[in-house]
Amino acid sequence: MSMSEAPHAAEIGARLREIVAAHARLDGPLLPILHAVQAEWGHVPRSAIAPLADALNLTTAEVHGVVSFYHDFRDAPAGRHLLKVCRAEACQARGGRGIEDSARDRLGIEFGETTPDGAVTLEPVYCLGLCACGPAAMLDGTLHARLDSDRLDALLAECGA
Amino acid sequence: MRVYVPKDAAARALGADAVAEALTREAEARGMEITLVRTGSRGMIWLEPLVEVEMDGLRHGWGPADPRDAAAILDGAGPKALGPVEELDWMKRQTRLTFARVGVVDPASLPDYAAHGGLAGLRRALEMTDAQIVAEVRESGLRGRGGAGFPTGLKWETVRTAPGPVKYIVCNADEGDSGTFADRMLMEGDPFCLIEGMAIAGLAVGAEKGFVYIRSEYPDAIAAMESAIAAARAGGMLGVSVLGSGRAFDMEVRVGAGAYVCGEETSLLNSLEGKRGTVRAKPPLPALEGAFGRPTVVNNVISLASVPTILANGAAAYAAQGLGRSRGTIPMQIAGNVARGGLFEAGFGMSLGRIVDDLAGGTASGRPVRAVQVGGPLGAYFGREKFDTPFGYEEFDGQGGLIGHAGIVVFDDSVDMLAQARFAMEFCAVESCGKCTPCRIGAVRGVEVLDRVAAGDPAALPLLADLCETMRDGSLCALGGFTPYPVMSAVTGFPEDFGGAREAAE
Repeated sequence: MSMSEAPHAAEIGARLREIVAAHARLDGPLLPILHAVQAEWGHVPRSAIAPLADALNLTTAEVHGVVSFYHDFRDAPAGRHLLKVCRAEACQARGGRGIEDSARDRLGIEFGETTPDGAVTLEPVYCLGLCACGPAAMLDGTLHARLDSDRLDALLAECGA
Repeated sequence: MRVYVPKDAAARALGADAVAEALTREAEARGMEITLVRTGSRGMIWLEPLVEVEMDGLRHGWGPADPRDAAAILDGAGPKALGPVEELDWMKRQTRLTFARVGVVDPASLPDYAAHGGLAGLRRALEMTDAQIVAEVRESGLRGRGGAGFPTGLKWETVRTAPGPVKYIVCNADEGDSGTFADRMLMEGDPFCLIEGMAIAGLAVGAEKGFVYIRSEYPDAIAAMESAIAAARAGGMLGVSVLGSGRAFDMEVRVGAGAYVCGEETSLLNSLEGKRGTVRAKPPLPALEGAFGRPTVVNNVISLASVPTILANGAAAYAAQGLGRSRGTIPMQIAGNVARGGLFEAGFGMSLGRIVDDLAGGTASGRPVRAVQVGGPLGAYFGREKFDTPFGYEEFDGQGGLIGHAGIVVFDDSVDMLAQARFAMEFCAVESCGKCTPCRIGAVRGVEVLDRVAAGDPAALPLLADLCETMRDGSLCALGGFTPYPVMSAVTGFPEDFGGAREAAE
C-alpha cells in the first residue's frame, strides 16, 4: 500500500488483527502495537483507533490519548523523506541553530510541515546522542553528524528537494 | 590480520560504514586476508571513525579515517597513524571500569564478552544470597547515574524486602539529555554488560523479568540490545536457568516514542504499561508499586552496567575511586563546542576546568569558553568562575548546579545566554507531560516573560525569578522543577546578556 493514500478501514482490519495477535503475549502491549502500526502504514490511521481499543479492552479515548501524547506517532503520512534536525543544546553550541534555519529556508517550510510536493517532512528532534560531533540530523533513519550548510544541501538534493 | 572499525552510531554518522567497505575492498584487491570486526567506540569522538589494526598483539589506531585512507591503513602507515590506542593520552588517563570493554570487544559476541572478563560478576552473584548481593552494591557506594544520585543499594534493598510474588527490573535507557551519550555507547558497544547487570539485579531483589526502555531516537542501540538479548538467551545467560543455576531471568526491549519526559521514572513506567507518559505522584515509590503495580527496580543504564565490575572485583575496589560521597567512576560525556569531545571515565573529583580546558582542549571554534551546561537541559550553566568545582554530586549541588547524567556541553563566547534561557523554557513547554500546572503553564509563561526581558521590560526579570521559584517548588517532577536551573543560572551568571531589562530597571 502506498503511504500517501489513507488506508480504508476494511483494508487495515485484517492486518491490524495480525499485528495485535503478534503482540498478544506482551504486558502493556499498546506502544509496541502502535509502533508496528506506524511501521506498516507510515502513520496511525484514525480508522485503527476503534478496533485497537476494542481488541485491548480500552476506550477509544484512551487509545487516542496515547497516540496523541507521543511525538513519534503521526495521524497522517509523512513526506517521502523524513528529515529530523537536532535542536538541542550540544548541537546549538556547534552551530545547530544555523542548520535549523538553513533547513527551513531551503525547504520553505517550518518544523512539523511537509513540502508541498510531498518530498520532505521536516521535524525537530531533541538529541540523537551525537553531542560530541554535532550539528546532527537523521534522514530516513540514517544519522549524519558535523553538518554544515553544504552537507545539508547535499542531503536535501538526495531527497529531490 | 584483525581490523576493527566502530559500529557506534556516532562513528557511523561520521562515515564508518564507508571506511569498513573501503578496507574490505582494498584487502580483496591485494588478496590480503583480513578479519573485520565491528566494535563500539573507544569514546574519542573527534578521532572517529577510528580504525584499529592488530599488530604484534597491540591495537594500532588510524583516525579520523576516510575511505581514501584504506590503503595507508593496510600498509600500516600514513599521516593518520596514531600508534597503539591504549597508549594515547585520553585512554591512559582514564579508569575504565564500566566502559572497560566498550570499543574493544565485538558487541554481538557472547564468547568475546566472556573472554574479556564478562560474566564474572554474575557467576559470583549466583553464589551469594540476595542480601549479600545488595550489601555488596551498597558498600560500593554506587548512586543513580541517571542523575538523581539515589543510593542504588538502598533502592534494591527496598525492592528485595517488598512483599510480592512478582517483581521487575526496569532499565531506564531513555537518554534524552542533550550532551549525553554514555547509555547509547554502552548499549551499542557492550550490551552484554547491561544484561549482566540486570540479571544480577534480578537475583538481588527476586525479579525474574526485566525491561530495557530505549528511546526511539537510538535505532542502533535498540538493534544491538535486541541482538545481544537473543544471543544471551541462546547462550544460557538469560532464560529459565541463568548460567545453569536453576534461577530464572529474562528481559525484553521496549521502545519509547519520542517523549523526553519518559526519562522520568514514573512517566517511563506509565509508558511501559502502554499509557500516556505522564508523571505519577510519589508515594507510592516505584520500589513498592512500580511496573504493573509490582515492586520494581528502576535504574539507569550506567548504574546497572556498573554492577558487574562491582560484583566481579568487589565493592572496595569500586569505592576506592571517587570523592566524598560520590564513590566510584563516572563516565563523563564531553560535548558541544570542544576540540576533543567524547566519553571519559574516571573517578569523581576532576575539576570542571580541567575537564574543559585540559581534556577537551577548549573549544572547536578556537574562541574562548564562555559557558558550560552540566547535566543536560535541566542543568545549570557554569561560567569560568566556577571552573574549580570538582565533579561530584554534592560539589555541583553546592554551586547551584547538578551533574545529572554527566553530560558537559561547552559553549564559546558567541553564545547568547538569554536565547539559551528561552530555549530551556521552550523545551520544557514542548516536553511537559501536562500533569502539573507549574510545568505545563509555567514553561509557556516563561518563554513569554523572557521575550519581555529581551524587549527591555524592567518588570520582567523579577517576574521571571518568581515564576522559576513556583516551578521549582511546585512541579511534580524534575522537568518543571529543574528547568529553573538553566534559566536562573543564565540570569545570575551572565547578567550582561539580560542587560536591556536590567538597565531599564536601574
